[in-house]
Amino acid sequence: MNNGPSSEDVLKDLTSSEYKYGFTTDIETDIIPKGLNEDVVRLISAKKQEPDWMLQFRLDAYRYWRQQPVPQWGHVKVDPIDYDNISFYAAPRKKATVGDVDPEIIKTFDKLGIPLHERDMLLGKTSGAELSAVETSSTMAVDAIVDSASQKTTYRDKLAELGIIFCSFGEAVREYPDLVRKYLGKVVPVRDNYYSALNSAVFSDGSFVYIPKGVRCPMELASYFRINSSGTGQFERTLIIADEEAYVSYLEGCTAPMRDENQLHAAVVEIYVHERAEVKYSTVQNWYPGDKLGKGGVYNLVTKRALCAGDFSKVSWTQVETGSAITWKYPSCVLRGDNSQGEFYSVAVTNNYQEADTGTKMIHIGRNTRSRIISKGISAGHSQNSYRGMVKVLPGADGVRNYTQCDSLLLSKTCGAHTFPIMDIQNPTAIIEHEATTSKINEDQLFYCQQRGIKEEDAVSLIVGGYAKEVVQKLPMEFAVEAQKLLSLSIENSVG
Amino acid sequence: MSSHQQYIDLFNSQRALIDEHAAPVLNAQREAAAEVLQRVGLSRPKDYTHVDPEALLAADYSLNLSRYAVPTDHSDLFTCAVPELSTSVHYLVNEQLVSHSRESDDGVFSGSLREFALRYPEIAARYYNRLAMHDEAPYDVRTQGTNVTAHRPLGEAALNALLCQDGFVLYVPDGIVVERPIQLISLLRAVEDFMACQRILIILGEGAKASVLICDHASQLRDCALLSLQVAEIFCAPYSSLDFYELEEHHSDCRRLSSVYVEQQEGSNVSVGQYALTAGHTRNRVFIDLCGHDADTHLYGLCIADQNQEVDNITYIRHRAPKCHSDELFKYVLDDEARGSFVGRILVQEGADKTDAHQTDRNLILTPQCHIVARPELEIYADDVKCSHGASTGQLDPAALFYMRTRGIPEAEARLLLMFAFMGDVIDGIRIDPLKDRLKHLVEKRFRGELTQCRTCAIKK
Amino acid sequence: MSLLEIHNLHASAAGKEILRGIDLTINPGEVHAVMGPNGAGKSTLSAILTGNPQYEVTQGEILYKGRNLLEMKPEERAWEGLFLSFQYPVEIPGVSMVNFMRTAVNAQREYRGLPALTATEFLRMMREKRAVVQLDNKLANRSVNEGFSGGEKKRNEIFQMAMLEPTLSILDETDSGLDVDALRIVSEGVNRLKSAERSSIVITHYQKLLEYVQPQFVHIVYRGRIVKSGGPELGDRIFAEGFDWVKQEFEG
Repeated sequence: MNNGPSSEDVLKDLTSSEYKYGFTTDIETDIIPKGLNEDVVRLISAKKQEPDWMLQFRLDAYRYWRQQPVPQWGHVKVDPIDYDNISFYAAPRKKATVGDVDPEIIKTFDKLGIPLHERDMLLGKTSGAELSAVETSSTMAVDAIVDSASQKTTYRDKLAELGIIFCSFGEAVREYPDLVRKYLGKVVPVRDNYYSALNSAVFSDGSFVYIPKGVRCPMELASYFRINSSGTGQFERTLIIADEEAYVSYLEGCTAPMRDENQLHAAVVEIYVHERAEVKYSTVQNWYPGDKLGKGGVYNLVTKRALCAGDFSKVSWTQVETGSAITWKYPSCVLRGDNSQGEFYSVAVTNNYQEADTGTKMIHIGRNTRSRIISKGISAGHSQNSYRGMVKVLPGADGVRNYTQCDSLLLSKTCGAHTFPIMDIQNPTAIIEHEATTSKINEDQLFYCQQRGIKEEDAVSLIVGGYAKEVVQKLPMEFAVEAQKLLSLSIENSVG
Repeated sequence: MSSHQQYIDLFNSQRALIDEHAAPVLNAQREAAAEVLQRVGLSRPKDYTHVDPEALLAADYSLNLSRYAVPTDHSDLFTCAVPELSTSVHYLVNEQLVSHSRESDDGVFSGSLREFALRYPEIAARYYNRLAMHDEAPYDVRTQGTNVTAHRPLGEAALNALLCQDGFVLYVPDGIVVERPIQLISLLRAVEDFMACQRILIILGEGAKASVLICDHASQLRDCALLSLQVAEIFCAPYSSLDFYELEEHHSDCRRLSSVYVEQQEGSNVSVGQYALTAGHTRNRVFIDLCGHDADTHLYGLCIADQNQEVDNITYIRHRAPKCHSDELFKYVLDDEARGSFVGRILVQEGADKTDAHQTDRNLILTPQCHIVARPELEIYADDVKCSHGASTGQLDPAALFYMRTRGIPEAEARLLLMFAFMGDVIDGIRIDPLKDRLKHLVEKRFRGELTQCRTCAIKK
Repeated sequence: MSLLEIHNLHASAAGKEILRGIDLTINPGEVHAVMGPNGAGKSTLSAILTGNPQYEVTQGEILYKGRNLLEMKPEERAWEGLFLSFQYPVEIPGVSMVNFMRTAVNAQREYRGLPALTATEFLRMMREKRAVVQLDNKLANRSVNEGFSGGEKKRNEIFQMAMLEPTLSILDETDSGLDVDALRIVSEGVNRLKSAERSSIVITHYQKLLEYVQPQFVHIVYRGRIVKSGGPELGDRIFAEGFDWVKQEFEG
């Protein structure tokens, strides 16, 4: 193929920028000694000035976690995690009061494209062409979290006028203890699994959202997670409550510096949805994936679950997973309210030695509940990419409908693409459909592009973009642009 | 005590008796079988299956280790419902072959495993137990423990090797085509709780061709539990072709633990069918290894279950060589309180390029007491492949039902026609035409509740 | 005695009221055309008459041969001679036309106390009736409506009508999507079944079919009611002027 030298240069530029969020910020950090025991749990609770019930919640979780074996299932190879070699609390020190943020952190978030000043902003401020396409973007409120602590939450006052609470989890525990206590652990119980128990014991911060009855949140709410310190893990906790007939769209983004060690991220997200309320939860996960040889990278072991508690409630999960050495997450929906709906849209890209085992659970309890699952896996390099999912229909759930489509695209001879669904059905009125395909990139499409003078690499990028489009277009526009770029970057050098 | 321990104890105390009535080739495997059984134990119904081998084998079944002849009268034997096939028929009662082994001039042997192993010990030793117990080489350690115990030798297969004394062999030398289908009528017959450990061994030489139909029946003279612990090992040399169909017409007190292992070399072509017309507690496993390029395999299964019956099908097709093709189709109709599971994995090994593999599972459940689980799985380590699976569970099409009623077809009859139509493509996969017709007839009778074994059941709502 | 009497019929589907008080009487030997704009309730009327479980009668009554039709199961209505030529015939994969039709014919015979037809008798009957609508033999061996073209499906409906010899047949837009030749074949099929005892309801948008089957009565359905009834001249006016004048008259 006859590529001009200039385009090769461009390509080189792109490839050398592999993981552009890999820098560290030099900030003074308050970090506690490594290791995990009851005293550490007490210390975290004390640092956060928590009430006693919160401490008891943590201790309970810790004691349970300590007795549990490490889960062995999943098509991933997690090296044993040495919990004695992780610091469970690290927070930038200069932070005196809320709103007084270290300028270094402001700079960090600027570099990540997340301004922490309140003005119209965009994620993915990287390409002029794309910027103009989304210039009309709406306002977004951001909760910025570095390591264990929330740094700043923007637009709080404006949201408060509507009765919307959007703040760090730590503040919520102090300022809205009744709400937190009422909902914490109700969707993801402490004892749900090994990592949720761990998170419940040591979680340090995260976002809290409450949308009151009948309120449609006028702007996107976003949390931005950043692991900065070395030798730490991040254990954030997010709790979103949508009261009757409320609506919110919530976004989450994540990055971490490049490090040789494997860093642990074990988050819990709980969403509680009341009657006729709707929550959209979008994730662009771009934790450091490790280097080309599989060294380093984040272990992303998270539990995300939504409870559609009320009739006609709705939850939609959208995720674009490009980062992390290991991804182990199954954003799920418990459809308890009659006529409630759950959706899961996912693109997971793995390259080099990344391993992703991700999917969803749709638990149909209420009558006429609906769920839809669209999963697109893209595997390259030596990576392993699995969809794991469950659709369960309980005996009383009449009139259930589920549609699942799982497609896997293989970009190399050395990667793996797997599909492990379970359909467990105990009601004769259910209509459950699952379809899955696995194939390599369509050679006719590739040839057609190349015949039109498009370089192979670009053609693959185009085709993969088209393949993922059905999911990416579910994201809010600001995220969609970023996600599309991430997809292209993630599969770079994966052809041939 | 785990169930398997009693069998190991039995073996240790009765070893001389067992060996005395069996061929040395079989006896040579027992030590290893005991070791495997001790190590892996019997399967438990985890992974969302229903039938519990560990529990089923806990009962105190009698065994016929001394090989007492089973009193049988051929004429009373069979009213097997697959006549007009002009087959070469063999009769297996409990695990004993009561018909005579046959050996043709061109070297085709069909008959008793015991006789075959005594007469041709080298051939028997080359094949016996090679697939059933020694599959211990997973392709990727990460997959261990993620699913069915497919990567480990099965406790049930080991138990079969531990106690097995006889069974059925079909040996077809290179280039020989066996024209008439071979029918093995296998009857369980006892007056007390009884367990039969039979082994099926099928060896097809290069370019050989044969069809085998096994009809499983049971006859209880008293109220007792019958368990069939069957292992079939099938070897298909390059460019051979085999049809292997099993028709189960047991009843509610029967337990069936069956494992079928197929090894296919290049260019071989195999059609396997597992038809559970009436079952009690049935767990069918089918493992197919496509070891040579351009091998072609078709796997079909149907299950019609009602009352308290449970049927698990666990299938595992491994594409280990390039350019192989596999096609799999299973269908279930469950009524009353029946339970069913379909766990089907397709694995494509690194280097198995141009693989073409497809799997479909479709289920109908008729009452709120039924329980169906579907686990179709794809595990793929090669890039140039076309693989897909589809699974669905639903009801009869209400529009079709109404259309038929407006033409005057009573609702019950309309349902029956639709259920029968639902099973149509599974039956159409059968490559023996008279069997296809016969099975259509049997399925219809089954839905009408007219099969002799199950007058009381009524999937015809 | 009238064959069919509909009094103040109200009906809904999925909670939405579609019929709002239909009155209609049909005597033996009569052909009635039912016309009206899309969504007026014409197909709902045919669904109610045949007992489609997706529709609910909320008020009113229907007498068929003096019996309460609404109490009868769909198949019983068929045995009593009620036939619907579906607007969208249903595909039933895996069920052959022969098996389907034989089951239907013999169920009707059983209801009427007649012995079941032998295979030979039945196949002879199939052959004769197939000729009526010039339906290809190979279609008869396929699954019900599966893979049939639009025209073939409609001809198949009329073929089934010929087989079942109904007393009251409802042709629900049987002419839509048919080319001129197919329309002629279908119409001739319908006309051949005409007699002094048999009646028909013809739901249509087109003039051509009415020219062939020549209804004595024409009804206009609008917003769930029959808003105008008349002779063939009413049909002619609709074809000439459309429905707007009816709507205006009704609303004004």
